[in-house]
Parts: sequence; C-alpha cells; structure tokens
Amino acid sequence: MKKIPKDRKIFNAVAYVVIIIMTLLCIIPIIIVVSGSFTSETSILTDGFNLIPKEFSTSAYSLAFKDPMIILRSYGVTLFVTFSGTIVGLFVTAMTSYVLTRKDFEWRNKFSFYFYFTTLFTGGLVPWYILMIRYLHLKDNYLALILPLLLSVFNILIMKSYMSSIPDAISESAKIDGAGDFTIFIKLILPLSKPALATVGLFIALRYWNDWYNAMLFIDNDKMYSLQYFLYKIVNNIDAYKNIIANSGGSANIKMNLPGESLKMALTVIVTGPIILLYPFVQKYFVQGLTIGAVKG
Amino acid sequence: MMNNKGFLYKVNKNKTLLLMLLPAVIFFFVFNYLPIVGIIVAFKSYNFSQGIFGSPWIGFDNFKFFFISGQAFIVTRNTVLYNLAFIFVNTVIQITMAILLSEIKNKYFKKLTQSLMFLPYFISWVIVGVITYNIFNFEHGTFNSLLKMFNMQAIDVYSKPIAWIFILILFCAWQGLGYGTVLYLAAIMGIDTEIYEAAEIDGANIFKRIKFITIPSLVPTITILTLLAVGNIFRGNFDMFYNIIGNNGTLFKATDVIDTFTVRALLQSNNVGMAAAAGFYQSVFCFVTIMIVNTLVKKHDEDNALF
Repeated sequence: MKKIPKDRKIFNAVAYVVIIIMTLLCIIPIIIVVSGSFTSETSILTDGFNLIPKEFSTSAYSLAFKDPMIILRSYGVTLFVTFSGTIVGLFVTAMTSYVLTRKDFEWRNKFSFYFYFTTLFTGGLVPWYILMIRYLHLKDNYLALILPLLLSVFNILIMKSYMSSIPDAISESAKIDGAGDFTIFIKLILPLSKPALATVGLFIALRYWNDWYNAMLFIDNDKMYSLQYFLYKIVNNIDAYKNIIANSGGSANIKMNLPGESLKMALTVIVTGPIILLYPFVQKYFVQGLTIGAVKG
Repeated sequence: MMNNKGFLYKVNKNKTLLLMLLPAVIFFFVFNYLPIVGIIVAFKSYNFSQGIFGSPWIGFDNFKFFFISGQAFIVTRNTVLYNLAFIFVNTVIQITMAILLSEIKNKYFKKLTQSLMFLPYFISWVIVGVITYNIFNFEHGTFNSLLKMFNMQAIDVYSKPIAWIFILILFCAWQGLGYGTVLYLAAIMGIDTEIYEAAEIDGANIFKRIKFITIPSLVPTITILTLLAVGNIFRGNFDMFYNIIGNNGTLFKATDVIDTFTVRALLQSNNVGMAAAAGFYQSVFCFVTIMIVNTLVKKHDEDNALF
C-alpha cells in the first residue's frame, strides 16, 4: 500500500474537521426547530430551546391538527399555486429558450436583449404594485400569487445554455423532413432537455413553495393565504391563532394553556416538511443544473 | 416599400417561432416594461382614484422628503455595506469549502456533507426568522440558555442593533453556503487533472498545489460571480431583512435597507410618493452601477463581460 504523504495527512485532518463543523452549523438551527416542536411547552419556558427535547411531547402537533382545515386550506393554496405556476412557467421558459437558441432565427439577439434588459433596469416596487392592484385588479386573486414568479430571465438563461448544447442538426434535419417549429420543440427538444427541465422546474417550484412576499402584498382574505404567509402571520401573532383554536374548541380557558412556542415550531416543521422529504431526490438535479449554468460562464 | 415587404415576408416566414415567443414577450412587457413607464409616479402626488397618469405632478417633492429625513443616507449606507460584507464573507467561505471538498476522496462523506450544507437553501426566510427568534430571544433562546449554562448574564439581543449586523451576515452565509460551494466546486472539477499530477511529480505539496493551481484557476469564476453581485449592490434582500428584523424599530439604524424601507413606506405608512422616490433612486443607481461594472470588465476582458 502506498504511504500517505505528510502534507496530505495534515490537509485531510484539517479538511475533515472544518467540513464537519460547517455541516453541523448548517443543520443545528434546523434541528433546534424540530426538537422544539417535540418539546413540552413548560420545558421550553423553563429550559429554553435545546438540541434534544428535555420533555418529549407531541401535544403541539395534535393542537396544530385540532382544526386541520386551517392548515390544509393553506396547503391547498400553495399546492395549487406551485403546481400550476411550475407547469406553465416551465413550459413557457423552455419554449422561449428554444426559439432564442435557433441560429436561423435572425431576431434572436434582439429578443434576447429585450428579455435581458429587464434585469438591468426595473420600474421598482411601487409602479409594479400599482399595476397589479389598480390596473390588473389582482388583489385577493390567485393570479397575484402565480404571475409574479412565472418567468425569470435567470431561468431562461440556464435553459438556453443547456439547449444550445443540443446539436443544431437535429432541428435542421427535422425541418427538412417537413416538421414545424412547434412540433420540433415538443417532440425532439423537450425530451432531450430533461436535466435542464428538472433543474429549472425545481427552481420555479421552490420559489413558489417558499413565497410569502406576494401573499403579503396582494392577499387580504385569510382563506387565500399561502402556506408560508400563513406561518408568517402565526409566528408574528401566535395569540390570534390561539384564539381561533380556542374558539373552535369551545372552551375559553383552554386558550391560556395552549403551547404557543412549541406550536410555532410544529407549524414550521409542517410547512417545511414536503420540501425536506423531497430534498434527497431533488438535490442531485440542483447540483447538475447549477453546474450547467456555471459552465456557460 | 421594398423594405416593408421584406419585413412582412420575414414575419410570415418566422411566424411559428414568433408565436412561440409571444407569451414571454407579453409577460415581460406587462410586468417589467409597463412598470418602467410607471416610474413617473415618483414625480407625482399619487392618489388611487386618478391612477398614475391622472395624478398631479409635484416635481421632486417626494425625493425631498426622502433625502431631508436623513433616511436616504442611512438605508443606502446599510444596503451597500451589507452587500459588500455578504460578497466578501460568502466568497471566502464558499471557496474554502469548495477547495476542501474537492480534495476529499471519500465519496460518501463528500456527498453527505454537501447535501446537508445545501439544505438551508431550501428553507424559506420566514422559517429563518423563526430560527433566529429561537436562538436569540431573551426568555428561552438557545443562545441565552448556553450563557446561563456557563453562569453568564443573559443578553437581550433584540435591543442591540450591532449584534444584528453579525447575525445577518451569519445567516446570509448559512443560506448561501451550499449553493455557492457547488458553483465553485464545478469550476474546480473543470481544471485539467494533469496539471495537478505534473505539479505533484515536481514535488509541489498539496498546499502549494492549491495556492498555485486551484486558486488561480478559480479567478474567472470569482470575477463573474463578484461582478454579478456588485451589480446588485444597491438591492437589499428584502425577504431576509424583513423576516429576521421585522418591524423592530430599535434595530433599524443598523439594519434597514432600501428595500425594507420602501415596503414599509408603501404598506405601513401609506406614503406611496416616498416609496416610489426611494424605488426610483434605487433603480437608477443599480443601472448606473451595472453599466460601470460592465464597461470595466469589457476593457479588462471581453469574454467575462455580462453583455
């Protein structure tokens, strides 16, 4: 066996230690939340938040699901917005990117600049906000949650750089065989772009799932709150939520004993859950996609 | 006439491709180009019933208020300094982690740690707000629990503006670590392995190889990512600042950025004019910065220019 040189030994020792410390720093805050959600309220109030629950309890979860409709409604909103937004957004992103990679399309640079310019100069928040509310009348409308995140120039660029690695000959020979541009895109280009579609789809879906900003700006009706905004509202006003639950339970003195802190943690876990469960499967594509973007340079 | 006919012919020839572009063209026209026209609202006394175009002009009054109140200086300073700190800290940490990971031979260890480091990227800022509260709240935060464990006095972090500078930098690094590391790791993977082998044969130890091969090879990636970030130096990450700091007025002096200021002016004090003025000011500064940065890059290295 080859002897490991001394410099390599020193380096490895340092590298492993640093990487382990950084990894722990990354996950400890998340562990504190999960642990807090399984800790009894009295233990949180006396001992504070800890890495391992001192007094194990699932009462926060049973409380959160006492009136499941409150959470499930927001789940429904976010699922609907995420699915419809991701499907439409991904399709339009791919279609746009494909046209911009077609070298025989003589206005492609002009259109590319038309899209790119929007990242250089923006109207800012106020004109956009007024447009959405006064001119498009999107207050308390699900479209206000879908439209703002539908397309982004960044996603078009990632998709474009991937698609330009597909040989032009594929489009050209299909054209000679008499296929239309749209057919070529659907039948040939889309199936060849799976990694980019997966990555960009994930980018879009993640932004929809984690979006609370558009709900804050445009949604007043609490039945239409997205999941993150619902959580935002609760952590900033846990007492109001206690009221809702106490009223649905009927008895007023329950309210005093409701576990506010652990309830917040339980709701946080419930809101993040699906993303964390999906994470091991999607992470691979994220890395792949980012690498695609980086190669473009 | 000839020209016109030629144009129509070309439109007809490319009609499928043009139709395929149409949804995106309309989208960016409505949501990006129309608001640019609407930027004139910064020079108007806006009222809802008359809309952007009907409202009366008032010249620079909105700006006067924004600048005279002293807010313009504070939020601009904060935005720029935070971004500089974020760029510096994030770049250093991400490059370090990428280099360390690239030299690790154990595949499973590498994969596992990389996955866990990427995890925070998936956590929403609302939840990061909850996490910071868990750690730093006075009564039962983890930070104070630890202090008590060592018999030290508990600290009310939420009344100390300076502390939040570090907390914000910390959580920005936390959230972006996995993402940035992957970008740099990809660049390292692109380096020709023969260079390393040759260096090893010539007797360069691992530290020398990193210093003289890896880091110089990363310069183009560092340049591009830094330039992209510098171009946005007048844009604050609203999500992050608003969720971690919230409406805690005692911290604003050290933590308010242009974006949080604009949103509060618009939604809480209903001062549409001042919010629009702040937004206009920000857009113009952003545009100018990007142009300057791009010109400098172009002079230095045509390939690395953004456009």
